[in-house]
Amino acid sequence: MPDSLPPDSVGLVQPQTLHFSEPLTLACGQALPHYDLVVETYGELNADASNAVLICHALSGHHHAAGFHSMDERKPGWWDSCIGPGKPIDTDKFFVVSLNNLGGCHGSTGPTSVNPDNGRAYGPDFPVVTVKDWVDSQAQLADRLGVQQWAAVVGGSLGGMQALQWSLSYPERIRHAVVIASTPRLTAQNIAFNEVARKAITSDPEFHGGRYGEHNATPRHGLMLARMVGHITYLSDASMGEKFGRELREEAYKFGYDAEFQVESYLRYQGERFSETFDANTYLLMTRALDYFDPAFEYDNDLAKALTHAQCEFLVLSFSTDWRFTPARSEELVKAMIAARRKVSYAEIDAPWGHDAFLIPTPRYTDTFTAYMSRIAREVNG
Amino acid sequence: MRADLEIIEKWISPQSHVLDLGCGDGTLLAYLQDEKQATGFGLEINPDHITSCMGRGVSVIEQNLDLQGLGNFEDQSFDVVLMTQALQAVRRPDIVLDEMLRLGRECIVTFPNFAYWRLRWYLMRRGRMPESETLPYKWYNTPNIHLCTFKDFEGLCYRKNIHIMNRTVVDSEHRYRWFSRLWPNMLGQIAIYRITR
Repeated sequence: MPDSLPPDSVGLVQPQTLHFSEPLTLACGQALPHYDLVVETYGELNADASNAVLICHALSGHHHAAGFHSMDERKPGWWDSCIGPGKPIDTDKFFVVSLNNLGGCHGSTGPTSVNPDNGRAYGPDFPVVTVKDWVDSQAQLADRLGVQQWAAVVGGSLGGMQALQWSLSYPERIRHAVVIASTPRLTAQNIAFNEVARKAITSDPEFHGGRYGEHNATPRHGLMLARMVGHITYLSDASMGEKFGRELREEAYKFGYDAEFQVESYLRYQGERFSETFDANTYLLMTRALDYFDPAFEYDNDLAKALTHAQCEFLVLSFSTDWRFTPARSEELVKAMIAARRKVSYAEIDAPWGHDAFLIPTPRYTDTFTAYMSRIAREVNG
Repeated sequence: MRADLEIIEKWISPQSHVLDLGCGDGTLLAYLQDEKQATGFGLEINPDHITSCMGRGVSVIEQNLDLQGLGNFEDQSFDVVLMTQALQAVRRPDIVLDEMLRLGRECIVTFPNFAYWRLRWYLMRRGRMPESETLPYKWYNTPNIHLCTFKDFEGLCYRKNIHIMNRTVVDSEHRYRWFSRLWPNMLGQIAIYRITR
């Protein structure tokens, strides 16, 4: 972190923990008697509380979406490229709320929290939460913040699913849903990747059936593998090729199985860093939430029928090289919105970065996103 | 607003559900939304135009007619389907017309009339593909790959049993001219048709 903060940064920010004492009944049938959500906010809520934007995070994301926690922090929040003064989600115009979802491992109630039933950490006993459950908890959060209706709920990937779920669970409480690099449901291939990630974790000898905490262990190796396979699916062949090619770490082949290619050591490094900070049970839970998401399921697998319940306007964005959630998946969603006669705008952004493109600013992405959000800002701020 | 759009606007009843193929920057749809409480979508492939549409609150979908078709829209799901100055640029205008009439009760189509006398004169005098205000391209870089005339278009409508409800012409500045209405195939620069099955 340099000595001064960039002018288009939200600057130094502080997360806060909000406690909710009303029980939350989950889709799995269990209930959380009370829970905490860790939240960050940027910008100011206007007088009629109409300019609030909720940011929903993806698989490994959390509440720290923009700005810096301290002058020593090396990197800003995960979506700093899109949130700040003059950025697509302009904090001069919007009151931006970002949270760590339930089941997360960055302070919100999750597997590492204490189970009030027995005074021990939940660990594997933490109930499986779904996208719908998250949205329900976010509605409680909205009440707490005095937000009757979000100007927009915005998210990429798993975050996009939450935005979509908002439009169905609380149609009157959302004006716009911005669904980026997402999908209305996972394909078998998507679920297969998640299963490989979960298997990597659960087969780690340090996993101890999810009770690694009680054994003072961490399934680091499994987490690392899970992240490595995930990371491959977030990038495109072209962007990996451009970044690493077949570049070797040293000059000649060593005819062994250590990391010889740069891409190998990159993946190992990413995996190791991740395994040091992320909770294994949370990873299992978040990938399961992805698998389960399917809003059409309750409507005879008819997505258009589900969407007739939505009242908001939609912006759907996809990226040309995203092979995790391809543009075709977004088009499927858009088609259902058209059939349901919802208002929807759609663009496929040409970007080389694969699924991760939603975190990386490219001119067309920024322009499109900015145009849409500034139009919302005009609506709510007059 | 462009005069041809003003003509089109008169043919669209309030609260219509409208699909605009090649909607450009969304001027017409924005106007129809504001003045006629119309709903609907624009289809567009130009990124800058798509951004403009989003900025003005017009629902726009990035979709290439030639590559993706219109299969994502259901039969008779619109009151009006529009296509202004794009028919000549699609790969199969005949199929697009069928699709438009599948989706909409009525369709409005505008295109440059290739039989306009100045174009005839250009070709006759110079022996080269005409260039004009309405057709400002070289033969090799033009997006207009299926130019036609009033007569050609009406011939196609006849063969397809398409009923022409209204037709009119404007000049390159999109103005009415009394003489062009007298002899549209020779004197009309831009053809505007309102058709139905």
